[in-house]
Amino acid sequence: MEAATAPRRSRAAEPALVRGGRRVMNGALNLYAALALIYLLVPVAIILLFSFNDTKSRFNFIWQGFTLDHWKEPFKFKDLTDALVTSIQVATLATIVATLLGTLMALALVRYQFRGRSTTNLFIFIPLATPEVVLGASLLSLFISVGFARGFVSILIAHVMFSVSFVVVTVRSRLIGFDRSIEEAAQDLGANGLQTFFRVTLPLIAPAVVAAALLTFALSIDDFVITNFNAGSTVTYPLYIWGAARVSIPPQVNVLAAMIFLFTVAMMIFTVWQQRRAERLAAVRPTEA
Amino acid sequence: MSRARRRLLPYALLSPGLLWLVVFFAVPLYYMAEISLKTGTLETGYQFTWHFKTYTDAISNYQDQLLRSFWYAGLATVIALVIAFPLAYVIAFRGGKYKNALLLLVILPFFITYLVRTLSWQTILDDDGWVVDFLKTIGLLGENGRLLATRTAVVAGITYNFLPFMILPVYAALERVDPRMLEAAYDLYAKRRDVVMRVVVPAATPGIVAGVLLTFIPAAGDFVNAELLGTPQQSMIGNVIQSRYLEITDYPTAAALSFILMAIILVLVLVYARFVGTESLTGADEAR
Repeated sequence: MEAATAPRRSRAAEPALVRGGRRVMNGALNLYAALALIYLLVPVAIILLFSFNDTKSRFNFIWQGFTLDHWKEPFKFKDLTDALVTSIQVATLATIVATLLGTLMALALVRYQFRGRSTTNLFIFIPLATPEVVLGASLLSLFISVGFARGFVSILIAHVMFSVSFVVVTVRSRLIGFDRSIEEAAQDLGANGLQTFFRVTLPLIAPAVVAAALLTFALSIDDFVITNFNAGSTVTYPLYIWGAARVSIPPQVNVLAAMIFLFTVAMMIFTVWQQRRAERLAAVRPTEA
Repeated sequence: MSRARRRLLPYALLSPGLLWLVVFFAVPLYYMAEISLKTGTLETGYQFTWHFKTYTDAISNYQDQLLRSFWYAGLATVIALVIAFPLAYVIAFRGGKYKNALLLLVILPFFITYLVRTLSWQTILDDDGWVVDFLKTIGLLGENGRLLATRTAVVAGITYNFLPFMILPVYAALERVDPRMLEAAYDLYAKRRDVVMRVVVPAATPGIVAGVLLTFIPAAGDFVNAELLGTPQQSMIGNVIQSRYLEITDYPTAAALSFILMAIILVLVLVYARFVGTESLTGADEAR
């Protein structure tokens, strides 16, 4: 419901002073919101800007002039590039595993009445309500206690662990508004359980599954705290930055951050555009009341 | 499908994910509890001795960091709410066709790695940066005043990093309010303050509840902001846990502190849940 189409109260009877006061209040609120957005976005702008900084020192904190040098050599530091590649590998695998496990769990939780359902809901919620530092420390306790070597595999295990709950929550919210009669129709027309799932259910919950997958990928590639506990000597992109922050941060960190940023924004815009297009196409089909 | 298979199906769907969570979330908590009750050092080896004194020692040695963590987290949560509520209100009720674009702006910071975002505050608050210059010019900051390495910087960093977690749920709650409700309230001669307090705030409450948890919990356990923007004087309980575990290898103390942190948060969440109800907390109520 658009605010503009709602019937508006006539304010003609208001004294000019009240009307003026209201206008000032409205303006102040909008200004406040704009300032809040600026607070959110200034660091982003600074990061993008400093990828062009012609820095001479070990640190990239003071603006010293414009250069494209760092963008010409984004992969100049092999350690940094390797770390980013590791992060992408972990994120890809973690996304596949966590999305699969989480989606199945969400289906079970929304679709079926069974003993232990509310306990399971609570159990899935607890990791979300646990600080990362505790998740990292406890997982490290397990690995130390059973003598499991820390490295790529332990990072992957950790990332799937903290992502699964997010996947469940995301997919569950979509399944709740789901019209079961479509599935029943498919089965009435002779589709079996698996056919119904792959040809009716999955396409309908696909947007939520994709959203959950994107969220998992983003959480994984961004995770520092839990990874820091369980990485052993393996270095991911955030771990490289953490190490570099104490010594010197090359501007390539900003360049790669900017690249990931621009890529993600492009993906977002593309997804929204695709969705709009799909909606427009769907609108052509007659809809029943 | 037979009845028996139908009954077992939900468990089959649940078991892989549940198994993962049990083995890598629940079981680790058991091992961490065990470690917290051991004595010894990494060199001499640890013995399990039911050493509960680690807990009391940890609390008395690190009470400053514990209190500071919850103080900073509370401060950041309140500031985040003060920033988020009007912004969410404006997006929800005045965003019009730009709603989605404005929301995209809100989540843009997430597209940059957490650490890099925090480091950019080092740039912004730098001693020679223009923010410090400006504050000195208008006299809000003394000649030798700094922003970096202060409590202000740490709290600002925490607030910044978790702010979208506050904005999004508050927005989601406000978005469900029919603007005609506000019109109706005005038509019935409600004053703006009454409309906000009696219509908007109650509608936003579930979002505020979620936002407070999503901001406060990670903020209380955070150590990145204190490490990068503060000094040891601003160090929080997360800093102690990570350095005890990873640098000093004093595993029992680190494990005990993790449980203390978790216990305090759990108590706070439970107290909070008494006000708002468990179901709305886990989002499970919508699951019919």
